Amino acid sequence: MRRTFPILITVVVGWVLIVADFIPHKPFGNLGDDFALYFDIIAVFAFILGGGNLFRIHLTKVQKKKKDWPFSIVTLGGFIVMLAAGLFKIGNPGGIQGDVAAVGSLFNDMYMQIFTPLQASMFALLAFFVGSASYRAFRAKTTEATILLIAAFIVLLGRTPFGLWLTSGLTGDMSFLQLPNLTDWIMDVPNLAGQRAIMIGIALGVISMSLRLILGVERTYLGGDSD
Amino acid sequence: MGYSVISGLRKSVPTCIIALTLLLGPSAFAQESPDTATVDSVFVSEAVESAASPRAAQLNVVQDSRGDAGGAISVKWFRSPDDGMGADNITGYEIFRSESPDGLFESVGFASRGRTSFEDATTVDGQTYYYYLATVSATGVSRSGVSAGARSSAQWLNTRDIDTLIIGFIICFSVIFFIYHAQKGKKLFLRKIAGLEAVDEAIGRATEMGRPILFIPGIQDLDNVQTVAGLTILGRIARTIADYDTKINMPVSRSIVMATARETIKQAYVAAGRPDAYSDDMVYYLTDEQFGYVAAVDGIMVREKPATCFYLGAFFAESLIMAETGNSIGAIQIAGTAMPSQLPFFIAACDYTLIGEELFAASAYLSDEPRQLGALKGQDVGKIIAMSVILVLCILFSVAAITESESILSLANTFKGWFSLS
Repeated sequence: MRRTFPILITVVVGWVLIVADFIPHKPFGNLGDDFALYFDIIAVFAFILGGGNLFRIHLTKVQKKKKDWPFSIVTLGGFIVMLAAGLFKIGNPGGIQGDVAAVGSLFNDMYMQIFTPLQASMFALLAFFVGSASYRAFRAKTTEATILLIAAFIVLLGRTPFGLWLTSGLTGDMSFLQLPNLTDWIMDVPNLAGQRAIMIGIALGVISMSLRLILGVERTYLGGDSD
Repeated sequence: MGYSVISGLRKSVPTCIIALTLLLGPSAFAQESPDTATVDSVFVSEAVESAASPRAAQLNVVQDSRGDAGGAISVKWFRSPDDGMGADNITGYEIFRSESPDGLFESVGFASRGRTSFEDATTVDGQTYYYYLATVSATGVSRSGVSAGARSSAQWLNTRDIDTLIIGFIICFSVIFFIYHAQKGKKLFLRKIAGLEAVDEAIGRATEMGRPILFIPGIQDLDNVQTVAGLTILGRIARTIADYDTKINMPVSRSIVMATARETIKQAYVAAGRPDAYSDDMVYYLTDEQFGYVAAVDGIMVREKPATCFYLGAFFAESLIMAETGNSIGAIQIAGTAMPSQLPFFIAACDYTLIGEELFAASAYLSDEPRQLGALKGQDVGKIIAMSVILVLCILFSVAAITESESILSLANTFKGWFSLS
């Protein structure tokens, strides 16, 4: 029963949503939107589950002084302060009735002054990681890696004013060799062709995966194959 | 582009439409007769023009929009002789609507020059509407005649996506056909996927080193089919982990994913005969915020130094941050995603990468179960269709360009239209 019921839900919802896509008339037409709404409602309640789990795990860590427990104090502190600021709308100009993200509220201040810069810092790290990953990927150890290196070099240079300046002397019949033009060709022809091939494969994979799910062939997400 | 379960399911099994049609009978495919007004001969007022005005566009057809849920009327017209030719001074076309041919007309939209159709999506089903078109230029405005009445209504079949339905049906039929064949014991050939062949080795390495395995199911919720694919692979991996008694560490960014992953791992431990070894703490929630999540995962990696990292699901900008951190701690890394923009990052930073469809095939591949493998084989029919269409269209367009033949070009465009999304 623990597996039959979820499979039944998957099968019914799967078929209903397919029907809804091809029959626009009521009651089928709105089912897709309705189900998406139900999912959002469930997700909101599930968030309480997630928040509770976060709190419990880190509280236990602190209580039992497990490894790296001081980090858990920071996590719990941030969690409680942010939750209290949003829940009780501390410093909110509109009081308890005001918008939770109102300018001037403690919640908004912490979000804008602490959370957003931290988030931006993490995103900024990406630039360094791109550098280290590119260094490894573009080492010309094989023919494929060499082609990748040359293509990357052209595209990187072609996207800069320096690339245009460097090859601006190539005019007339030779203008296609200008780096920006070569860049456009690489991006629009071989790159796009490769991406489309991947996209077609993905679309077919999604179809096959979805079919396996709604036919009940794929049950691994329920923990196993047997009933 | 997201690949949600919902959109995946919508695309995946049009066979049910056929089944439903059989159940409902022919009426299921019967369209409600739209209230159509072909206006060639039913103008009730003359077009208004002055010397400075452009030559007016003429209405072609005003009718209920096809294949929709109602609430929309489609207005089509012939372009003004001054649109793209003649004086070539048209700015666009303003569409006016009234509930009576002699009543007060109000503007419902504007279509830029070159356009020949407009969909008024603000109608009330059953109410009759009348339309006229104002051709606008810098020098003046010309009015077309008023159309006959048209009413919007909901349709029973989405005729706009009928091509999707047919192609989807063929693919679904082939998938089901190969599942059936595989069940009968027919041997199917599957190419080796290096990333999946390495799964056991990766788990074994973690076991030998006595370090945990980190599993990241992406940062999307369970309504994304990539997350579901990641969890199906988790089910297979968890079984081996339970057998080897290795520690798994799975921080997640969505509560529903947490609940589902716990159940998946728990069942795998039960199936392996080691329910006592399972703990809810193997899967834990961090945060829904993308960079908050990646910061926490990076911290876990640096502190706990997992021997193996799996990244299987939907990823965005955080993919490279995590994969590079994993690389820096010397973990063996297996990634898989259907996000084309993140694939190069995973390929650069990970030992093995499941590219697009391989992510969805992974669970079936690892299961080695005939029915699942049959479903993979069915995908090949879709690939044959895609390759054939691309080849035929390349030939048709090339021939049309070389011969400058309008008829071949028209044929190629028609053929292309069958395989384009509406």
